[in-house]
Amino acid sequence: MNVGLIGNPNCGKTSLFNELTGARQHVGNWPGVTVEKKVGKYTHDGKSAVIVDLPGTYSLGAYSEDELVARNYIIQERPEVVIDVADATNLERNLYLTVQLLEMGIPLVLAVNMMDEAQKRQIGIDIQKLSQRLGIPVVATVAPKRIGIHELMEKAVRIAEAKPNESFQINYGETIEREIDALVHIMSDSVELKRKYHLRWVAIKLLENDKYFLEEIKKTPKAILIKQQLSEINNRISQSKGEEPETLIIDKRYQFISKIVEASTKKSQAYAETLSDRIDRITTSRIWGIPIFALVMYSVFSLTFALSDPMIGWIETFFGWLGELAAVGMTSAGVSELMSSFVVDGVVNGVGSILVFIPPIFMMFLFMSLLEDSGYMARAAYVMDRLMRALGLHGKSFISYLIGFGCNVPGVMGTRTLESRKDRMIAIMTIPFMSCMARLPIYVLLAGAFFTGREGIVIFSLYVLGIVLAVMTGKILSKALFKGDNSHFVMELPPYRIPTIKGLFIHMWEKGSSFIRKAGTVIFSVVVIIWVLSNLPAGVEYASADSYIARLGGAIAPIFQPAGFGTWEASAALLFGVLAKEVVVGTFGVISGAGEDEAAISSAAAQYFTPLSALTFMIMTLIYMPCVATVGAIKRETNSWRWTLFAVGYTTVLGWFLAVGVFQIGKFMGFS
Amino acid sequence: MKPLSMMTPGRDSTVINVAGGDCVTQRLMEMGIRKGVNVKVLQNDRGPLIIAVGEIRMILGRGMAHKVLVNEVVLE
Repeated sequence: MNVGLIGNPNCGKTSLFNELTGARQHVGNWPGVTVEKKVGKYTHDGKSAVIVDLPGTYSLGAYSEDELVARNYIIQERPEVVIDVADATNLERNLYLTVQLLEMGIPLVLAVNMMDEAQKRQIGIDIQKLSQRLGIPVVATVAPKRIGIHELMEKAVRIAEAKPNESFQINYGETIEREIDALVHIMSDSVELKRKYHLRWVAIKLLENDKYFLEEIKKTPKAILIKQQLSEINNRISQSKGEEPETLIIDKRYQFISKIVEASTKKSQAYAETLSDRIDRITTSRIWGIPIFALVMYSVFSLTFALSDPMIGWIETFFGWLGELAAVGMTSAGVSELMSSFVVDGVVNGVGSILVFIPPIFMMFLFMSLLEDSGYMARAAYVMDRLMRALGLHGKSFISYLIGFGCNVPGVMGTRTLESRKDRMIAIMTIPFMSCMARLPIYVLLAGAFFTGREGIVIFSLYVLGIVLAVMTGKILSKALFKGDNSHFVMELPPYRIPTIKGLFIHMWEKGSSFIRKAGTVIFSVVVIIWVLSNLPAGVEYASADSYIARLGGAIAPIFQPAGFGTWEASAALLFGVLAKEVVVGTFGVISGAGEDEAAISSAAAQYFTPLSALTFMIMTLIYMPCVATVGAIKRETNSWRWTLFAVGYTTVLGWFLAVGVFQIGKFMGFS
Repeated sequence: MKPLSMMTPGRDSTVINVAGGDCVTQRLMEMGIRKGVNVKVLQNDRGPLIIAVGEIRMILGRGMAHKVLVNEVVLE
């Protein structure tokens, strides 16, 4: 049995999903789009159900990809039942989505979630009355305490089995009802539409100017007639009512909801200042907003490194031990030298040099989840609005950039919450300048080797350089390419909440495990390829000037000569770094045979660089073409090869010019 | 009657009309800002506003707040 889980953003849907499915979740993507698709399994009393977590949405319109994904899932996959999660503290607004679902005529159960919060705020909800008025089962739930969960699923199963056929209708008033009837009449001989949808619902959607259905009717035989009819209706209603039909429809829905809410809930007062509001007065204030934000970010980064440092040590020790063990074991077992080199130099060293980055990556994602789940992320968006304006964007896009510091791929994917195309494109084109966790190891390695005692300031400058470049290119793009397209900044500020440990870890694991998967597949294969290329043609000395990898790197090395790192090793590292930027360090690890030991790679890398060329190499690594995973995300999100190629091209060219510029100026000024 | 963007923080108001392109109106209405609803402005300095609509708190861009026309409510 398939169950769709839908609800407004911040209604506690994710925590309900976590409680229903436990750790048995699978994260994938919806076909064709990069909106995350989470599927989990619920089992209780021998019954089981597949639960599909739909994107949080306020409505079933067609503004953003999220809304379309949610709607298409319900229309096309036809889950046996849909559970709509509503926030008990804002029942009225949440019921707006419920009413839209009811109009679609699908089997529905309503979960009124966060009942404890509502009680705290003295909002009384009569569940039975609500259920009666809406004509569907309603269950009160408190997700983190598992209250109402089994009852909810029981009712969902019952509805799925019973397949109720009552039709739900809102009376939209004489004027609109007449037009609905007329539209239904015209469409009634379209077999295709009739098979897929309730015609009344289609008529309402058409009156709401829904882009999806305007396209859908183009396929019907009476497309021209319907189009004509619609523009006549629009004129007629606008003239007689002084309003567009879509706003009239929304108003009527709210009127219907207001009556239900009045009958079923008791509220004490209109506005009461909550603890959240009091905290917000400080965190969003003109004076304290930015300092607090800076402090939070500083703590996130320094804690990430402080906490993961000892763990990195353990992993290094482990792989060092494993490498030795393997080498000794294989020699005594009489394994050929080539095979032994493959295992030790290739697999253990290569993979080990990448796995050391698991602790900082997981820590980073843990802190990101903490910011998100506690509600601070939305405040950061507000505080950073001014900086984002410098990019021609608004505060909401800041969240994508922040995630981009962890990994560019989810950062690019996160732009889907931005409604205007201009905002999305600018964000997608500039997020790759955010120094992701994969680039950090290169900075740590080279800054540690060449700028001892000043590593912090060097690494920090590279992060700042990325931000400056993002601001500059964003500004140019918004001036040159996307004129006029207005963007709207509207975003909910969820109340501050203390995140649950379970929620945090599930969140962290979801994001972090993709890195492990990447390390196990892409990175592992690349490391093997590098090892093979270092050993071919047959008989060549490992990673010597005659090996294929040296010839390959040597072929492109002259390009980087003016930037100061014209060695084949550096070129090969950059070349393979495209597959995953973690590989840049891994390449040095494999080529030099230094393994995962930071100090050894460090001294090995030292022979290829001078302090100045190390700096320009770091600049190049920061800016040049995003890794393949990011390029893939850019392709999917922009849905355009032209933009994708543009992103690859301009970053690489920009990186080269900056690296060359810095090197030449540095040399001129007497640095080396 | 004045735009929401001109309201003093801490004051209550009632929404009279949401002007502007239909896409904006629709979005705001779906998020709960519609005729007759009570809106309290919590923050209003240079950038976006922070407003309270019942239990909901929202960030609203200044451009959008220009389009929401309100009447100030004087509470005794």
